[in-house]
Amino acid sequence: MMRKQQTFSRGLSDKVRKSKAAPEIQKNPFEVKINRKKFDVLGRKSKHDVGLPGVSRSRAIQKRKDTLLKEFRLKDKNNTFIDRRFGEYDSKLTPEEKILQRFTLERQRTQDRKDMYNLNEEEELTHYGQSLAEMEKMTDVIDSDSDSEEKGLLSAELTATHFGGGGGLLRKKSAGDDEEEEHKPRSRQELIEELIIKSKQEKRERQTQKEEAQELTEKLDQEWKSIQNLLAHKTPKAERTDETDKPKLDQYDMMVRELGFEMKAQPSEKLKSAEELAREERQRLQTLEADRLKRMMGDAEEDAVQTNTHISADDMNDGFILDGDDRKTLAYKDGKWNIEGEEEEKEDEDGDEEGGEEEEEEDDEDDAEGEEDDEEGEDDDEDDADEDHCDLQSDEGSEDEDGQGAEEEQVCAEEPPAVSEEQKKAAQEAAKAELPYTFPAPESYSDLKQLLQGHGSEQQRLILDRTLKCNHPSLSAGNKAKLQKLFGFLLEYVGDLATQNPPDLRTVSALIPQICGLCQMFPEAACKAVQTLLSDSGHSMEETLEVKGRAPMPDLDMLVLLKITALLFPSSDFRHPVTTPAFLFLSQALTRCAVVSLEDVCKGLVLCCLALEYVSLSQRIFPELLNFLLGLLHLTVSDKHNMGYTVVSPFRRQGKSCDLLVLKDPNVSHSWNRKPISLQTAHRLPAQSPVERDHYRLSLIDSCLDLVKRCTWLYKDLPSYAHIFQPIRALLLKHLPVEGYPAPIQDLHREILDAIPEKPSQHAPLVFKKKKPIPLKLFTPKIVQILDYGKKRGNTKEEKERERLKHKYKREFKGALREIRKDTRFLAREKLSDVMSRCVKRKVKELYGSLATQEGEWKALKRKNRK
Amino acid sequence: MAPSTDSNVKDENSQVSYKKDINTKTGRILQNKKHSNDIFDVIEYLQSEKDKEIIFATNACKRVFCQLFYRGDLYVGDLPQEEELMSGDRSAEEKYRIFMRHRYNNCVELLLENMGHEAFQVKEASLCALMKFVEAEGKHPLQNLDLIEHYIFPRDLFLSCTQTLVEHLLSTEEDMSLLISRFQEFLEMDDVRYYVMSSVRDNIYRVMGRNKKAVIPVYQNNVYTLLSNINVPSQGSKIKHFLVKQACKFALLPWYCPYKEHKRAFEQMWLLFLKFKLPSSMYKKILVILHESIMPQMSDPTLLIDFLSAAYDIGGAISLLALNGLFILIHKHNLDYPDFYKKLYSLLDPSIFHVKYRARFFHLVNIFLSSTHLPAYLVAAFVKRFARLSLTAPPTALLILLPFICNLIRRHPSCRVLIHRPSAPCDDPYVMEEEDPAQCHALESSLWEIKTLQKHYHPDVAKAAMKINEPLTEQEEEISEVLELSTFELMERDLKAERKTIPLEFDTATELLKSPREVLGVHFSLE
Repeated sequence: MMRKQQTFSRGLSDKVRKSKAAPEIQKNPFEVKINRKKFDVLGRKSKHDVGLPGVSRSRAIQKRKDTLLKEFRLKDKNNTFIDRRFGEYDSKLTPEEKILQRFTLERQRTQDRKDMYNLNEEEELTHYGQSLAEMEKMTDVIDSDSDSEEKGLLSAELTATHFGGGGGLLRKKSAGDDEEEEHKPRSRQELIEELIIKSKQEKRERQTQKEEAQELTEKLDQEWKSIQNLLAHKTPKAERTDETDKPKLDQYDMMVRELGFEMKAQPSEKLKSAEELAREERQRLQTLEADRLKRMMGDAEEDAVQTNTHISADDMNDGFILDGDDRKTLAYKDGKWNIEGEEEEKEDEDGDEEGGEEEEEEDDEDDAEGEEDDEEGEDDDEDDADEDHCDLQSDEGSEDEDGQGAEEEQVCAEEPPAVSEEQKKAAQEAAKAELPYTFPAPESYSDLKQLLQGHGSEQQRLILDRTLKCNHPSLSAGNKAKLQKLFGFLLEYVGDLATQNPPDLRTVSALIPQICGLCQMFPEAACKAVQTLLSDSGHSMEETLEVKGRAPMPDLDMLVLLKITALLFPSSDFRHPVTTPAFLFLSQALTRCAVVSLEDVCKGLVLCCLALEYVSLSQRIFPELLNFLLGLLHLTVSDKHNMGYTVVSPFRRQGKSCDLLVLKDPNVSHSWNRKPISLQTAHRLPAQSPVERDHYRLSLIDSCLDLVKRCTWLYKDLPSYAHIFQPIRALLLKHLPVEGYPAPIQDLHREILDAIPEKPSQHAPLVFKKKKPIPLKLFTPKIVQILDYGKKRGNTKEEKERERLKHKYKREFKGALREIRKDTRFLAREKLSDVMSRCVKRKVKELYGSLATQEGEWKALKRKNRK
Repeated sequence: MAPSTDSNVKDENSQVSYKKDINTKTGRILQNKKHSNDIFDVIEYLQSEKDKEIIFATNACKRVFCQLFYRGDLYVGDLPQEEELMSGDRSAEEKYRIFMRHRYNNCVELLLENMGHEAFQVKEASLCALMKFVEAEGKHPLQNLDLIEHYIFPRDLFLSCTQTLVEHLLSTEEDMSLLISRFQEFLEMDDVRYYVMSSVRDNIYRVMGRNKKAVIPVYQNNVYTLLSNINVPSQGSKIKHFLVKQACKFALLPWYCPYKEHKRAFEQMWLLFLKFKLPSSMYKKILVILHESIMPQMSDPTLLIDFLSAAYDIGGAISLLALNGLFILIHKHNLDYPDFYKKLYSLLDPSIFHVKYRARFFHLVNIFLSSTHLPAYLVAAFVKRFARLSLTAPPTALLILLPFICNLIRRHPSCRVLIHRPSAPCDDPYVMEEEDPAQCHALESSLWEIKTLQKHYHPDVAKAAMKINEPLTEQEEEISEVLELSTFELMERDLKAERKTIPLEFDTATELLKSPREVLGVHFSLE
């Protein structure tokens, strides 16, 4: 109420203020007051040099009378009537404008949302004044054709009325221009009325049309129903012969109900064709690859945001992933709905459900066994379901965006093909028969060892898999910590497997998927665990180096760890918390560890392979690797005189173990054939005959040369390519006893020599990077915005602004005070005048009264006198 | 078990018995001159087979004779022969003294013999006892009193003592470092040190002369251990610490007015030692301590020039180490070494990054090349050679080398063409094999090697190499803090750094030897 009043009064006051004094008054010299200026400032325009005090005073009084006085009069009076219709008191608006404005306001009011957050309350959409919802409720389809027709119909009148018409229309009307100009408002009104009538007519027509159409469709429906029975008979019969005996009505009802309960189509998932899926997957990989490249260049080093994992706002960072995402997306394959997978799924599920039921039944039978069994049974069910999901995904080979899903599925998808499906299934069945389905997460390393020891490698994998599933972080709060610890134990276990005699590397290999999975789940914990191991062994190596001056080659467990590191973490990153230390460890091992036996040579070769693997993507240069390869090749040379190269630590030019790779018997090369070297020989070389040892040597030399070849590929583009390989070239060319080697090695030797140019290629001398030219200093004047003249207030922009506002506030405050004073004065005056006027009335009354009594008395006297 | 306990018991019994025996006898000797013949038994124990008995007897002898010294019960003056003892006309007291003096001499002989005993404890005990005797003899001189005006040092005993001592200490057969370290406390004494130095000199001269200048590693090692333990105080006024304390009014004797003498003895001893051919490990050992503990104590370090230039010519790590001594000679003693830089240049080969003394070497090279008056061709040659060698260097060395190269270019702006020369592509004109820095055309080359290292696997190295892409800043980089950097420390930098996210490999692996870029699996199999 108050607010309204205020706005209303403000509107009034505005009006009052704006009304200009009459020109004659302005010219009246008695009214004009000239404000004397102290200084005449050139170019300054002042608004206040001439004033009309009388006019302004009377204006102020008028204004007060219109506003304040009215309020004062209405004070303490209830039941005031305020006409709040829009523009009621605005005399400037023409009635038409008023009506239009009111209409728009009304429309706005209905469409205003009451609650911003209330998503359900939708504004009612209308079409031609009819609610769309209402229209949708209609049983039949709206005749969209007519709609579009009407929409397309832009009649001349319509455009003219709505938009003032186009140029052509104006020309057409130019004849009647003057007529229309005379009574423009009226014609407009008429036009609107006409329009309304027309639209109403059309509406009516449409309604009748619709009714007709409805009747027709209803008729059609009835006719269809009569034939539908015939159709409905046949089609299901062909498919389901066993259900024919059931009554049709039932079936129909069922269908109806099914349809009723069937989930409504979800707009979010579009049907994706195989190409689309492939494209999406490719895109995902591309973004990941781009990210990797960025990290490789070192650009994104500080960029903390990881782009490949989307983290939802609701993510609790507990590794929990909504199961809903495991659903497959629909896909087309060769124009057919890709449905086999689903069928399989259904079958599987059916089977499992049956199995589950059976188990439950059994449980029921064995009630005596108590609750524990029940629980176990349930768990089993869950597990089965999980596995089925897994199998399914593997069969399907479909890709999910979801990281974990994808990873799990890949794990299953890429089973070693060597094992045939039947064998695998049989093995799994056997394992299932033996192994329990739930495992507690191991609390310590010995727990894990107990859990896994004594099982085959595939079984160990299964046990681990189940352990992970039973203890998934989403299942319980403590699981996260348990699994994080498990990663460390696993690495330890792998180390143990690699160091035992003989090393059980098959099992290590089998456990890799689980390790990868854990690592994907907890990157931080995995990083910490690997870092600790690296730091420990790096530290111990450093210590032995300080004490003894040289250290033994790292054991097989370290080699395996380095390999796993390369599998888990990207070695191509410019800087990475795990791989960078791993690089340094490799470097340390390749420069400081003594090579005194064939095992050491083998280990060194493994290290070289790893080093090459680490740099193969990023093509980074690894000087120690080349030094070491040169040193290894140096071991094959029996005559160590006048070399054209220098070998560096850990190799020596001459010494005790400097001919480790020299063949003892030159004839063995005929019986040698290329095959991979067993990693176990790095741990301990079995006692062998001299021939076997020579074969082993040849294998090592072969690998070594192959690594050199790979290096030449890798570093081809470096500017110092020829210089880097110069020593190796010299050795290969002049010193390597290649004549005694088998043909494949000789080929390799030739290839390498072909790859290394004799003379370094030409290169452009180095120049500095071109810098961006620094723009010249410009002589444009510096423009400073002056917010107000006069006193300089403040230095900075903000301060100035503050000062200005302060000043303004002060002035406004003073003005308001003055106004209030004037208001009170005005009111006092009014009150006084009221009182005064009231006094005058009373006096007149009194006078009248006294006069009347006087008159009466006089008349009475007169009557008496008459009598 | 049983027999051993038996023997233990026996041992204990015998132990107790011999201890008791010796104790009672020494007590009796000291109490009463009547029982002075018991000293024979005690001395006899010195020749016992059992180490413990010898040690105990040694200590007892030490006690007895010190007491006798203190009492003045040992004969002073020229000692008559024992056979003459009876014939001579002497008082009983005198006879006793002469007798005891003879026993004392016997005892000393036996102790010196024991120095060659195989058990360390025996040697140690004998050594201590002998030194104790020297001290006591100094206080109570056994020489004739006509020399009383001079400061008396028990020269006879001491000379013989030190000589045998040194002989034993500097054994040619076994490593005596333990005993030498025990002896070190006596070497703190200035007089002892002085005599030891002179006898060591004699000993070296004799032994090496006998061996016709061949290398005797054990002996030389012993000598080195002894020599490296000898420290002459840095100031003459500090020579106050004597084994034999007497009124120091005589400033004439060599071991007293000595500072110069001391220094000279020290110098002569070392020079003699260094004159002979040494095993290479010995070279390294000596060169490591040379500039710190030998050169400052010599009166004329320039005499070392022969040794140093010989070492410098050997090559490898020894040359690197000899640099330090040479530097001091050049820097402080005005030595002129022709072709110093040429030689330094030829020293640079791939092994410099792998030796233990890398930090020291780079520190020195940094000093040698810090002069801004060096010709540009020389600096360019060094820069180019370092760059070429950097292709084989480990990351820790590269972290020294790259800033060092940048610093050199900063100091010598005329070498800037090495990293900025806008011209047409060409072959590398630099000749790596050329020994003379003036002939190697380094100034016409460009540092493509550093460009190569921009692709180094270690991020810090790559970053350091990136610096040549832009004009170098004025400020030189400090290399002293990276000189001692070890690989593990470098590793720890990354291990300890806080990282917000850990990028993972997105291709998840299924097998150990199966990855997109498999190399290991090509050459190796699991079985």
